[in-house]
Amino acid sequence: MTAASLSAPLAAAPVRRAAKKVLPGFGLTLGYTLFYLSIIVLIPLSALLFKTFSLTWEQFVTAVTSPRVMASYRLTFGASLFAALVNLVFGLLLAWVLVRYKFSGKKIVDALVDLPFALPTAVAGISLTAILAGNGWIGQYLEPLGIKLAFTPAGVVIALIFIGLPFVVRTVQPVLEDAEKELEEAATSLGATRLQIFTRVILPHITPALLTGFAMAFARAIGEYGSVIFIAGNMPMISEITPLIIIGKLEQYDYAGATAVAVVMLVISFVLLLVINGLQAWQRRFAGASA
Amino acid sequence: MTTKLKLALASIALATGGLASAQTLLNGSYDVAREFYKDYNAAFIAHYKKTTGKDIKVDQSHAGSSAVARSVADGLDADVVTMNTTTDIGFLADKGLVAKDWTQRFPNDASPTTSTMVFLVRNGNPKGIKDWADLVKPGVQVIVVNPKTGGNGRMAYLAAWGSVRKSGGSDAQAAEFVGKLYKNVPILAKGGRDATSIFLQRNTGDVLITFESEVLSVNREFGEGKVDAVYPSSSIVAENPVAVVERTVVKKGTGELAKAYLAYLYSDVGQEIAARHAIRPRSPAILKKYSNVFKPIQQFTVKDYFGSLGEAQKVHFNDGGQFDKLYTVK
Repeated sequence: MTAASLSAPLAAAPVRRAAKKVLPGFGLTLGYTLFYLSIIVLIPLSALLFKTFSLTWEQFVTAVTSPRVMASYRLTFGASLFAALVNLVFGLLLAWVLVRYKFSGKKIVDALVDLPFALPTAVAGISLTAILAGNGWIGQYLEPLGIKLAFTPAGVVIALIFIGLPFVVRTVQPVLEDAEKELEEAATSLGATRLQIFTRVILPHITPALLTGFAMAFARAIGEYGSVIFIAGNMPMISEITPLIIIGKLEQYDYAGATAVAVVMLVISFVLLLVINGLQAWQRRFAGASA
Repeated sequence: MTTKLKLALASIALATGGLASAQTLLNGSYDVAREFYKDYNAAFIAHYKKTTGKDIKVDQSHAGSSAVARSVADGLDADVVTMNTTTDIGFLADKGLVAKDWTQRFPNDASPTTSTMVFLVRNGNPKGIKDWADLVKPGVQVIVVNPKTGGNGRMAYLAAWGSVRKSGGSDAQAAEFVGKLYKNVPILAKGGRDATSIFLQRNTGDVLITFESEVLSVNREFGEGKVDAVYPSSSIVAENPVAVVERTVVKKGTGELAKAYLAYLYSDVGQEIAARHAIRPRSPAILKKYSNVFKPIQQFTVKDYFGSLGEAQKVHFNDGGQFDKLYTVK
């Protein structure tokens, strides 16, 4: 975005501008958007790519496909997906309760949802470990039953569920609030069952928001380090997450190897988010066509 | 903009530090040395005032040893680095920030203090752990730091390996022993403090392998009598190397001060402060004075069996090395 193209819409005569766009300021805001995105997102990411270029192709492949690294991808993406799915279901439930029912203490419950956003993730990890470890409040009852959560991959999933919870609730809640009650009433008067109302009327309306929340929770979980590291146990091949592999590589001053793994993570995440966005667009068209 | 910023900074410096000409030294150091250097800085500032009449200020920057090395490499203006792993200073030397012959610049390979790896067991030693061989018994859970993420973990691994060599074993026997040992490790902690908290707060594991100096802080934080320290028949000398960061001192003109700061670590005062923090002094007299803290133990150095920490890193800890094989080769 050059200065000339930036100022062109401003300099143009009002008549022409009105002919082109109803809303003024497109050039300026787009220019600013690109500039801002470059500074905050694209430049750091390109630095990542450049660091990786110091490796040959073979070195790159070895760095990102060694058994320990492969095991960590499986754990990171698997646990993140699982945690995001759990949040999809229970986040919807929470949003539903918060929107549709009136009860005392609702404001507090509503505020509690945001806590995982605000809490330093290391604190979350340490408290979850303290509760779930063999001598913790919950862990002491589970251990005699042979259930171990802390220091296992299950602990990783729990930490990721915790940090991802607000995303689904906060994206679905406003959409659910805006949903027109009349549609549901109309469906009832036309003889629809409750299940039919939910699947045919409510769900199509909130699906885009649900998918957005899911994608955000998923993306957040993939990059999470602070909370997971305390609860995971960090055993190679079993409970090592990919961010830990990256830290481990930095610890041995293997900058290029660390960025190589980071690039792989980035590409996989980007593709997954594209797929989810595509799914959302498809759903919207599908919903639009059926309406 | 920049002049305004400088003015603001200068006024802050004036308001807080009194004299604007007072030299400031930044010590980049590892996490658990925070308390030691707090005491040492006070002693050094007084000593410097007495001998030269100049007021100085010493700031500390702490993180994991190699995290500090990385920040210094990326531009943190530390005048001196005081680490717990020689490879961290070696990395800075490779980058040209520290003199290539930094180990020759101060006595004892530029390590004024050392530590060693010992065992912490639960009070009364219910599993009867006395030596390295007891750690590989079935049913014994050992907590150690991941050698990939912490110097503490690398030292524990090398101590275990070296103990076999010290008693006359071959490298193959050492590899077998270490393999068995890590089979008994249920959790690899991220760093030294994380390991301590897993062992004491999470109540997980029967024995914790850690630095001798951790024993003191465990007793201080969790109360005496929760754990017993067990000294194995032999263990490793873990050096705490120091160096002047040439890039910074050239820029700031603090070369002499930085050298005096590190040299004073070797003085009786410096050595005694270290001893009070359970860090082994080099001075035999002070080591003897604190013999109730530093139990006699047969020690071997990294050089004895591994050449150098840098070589050990390549063979054992880098990706695809001996440590990875413990988990990936069945």
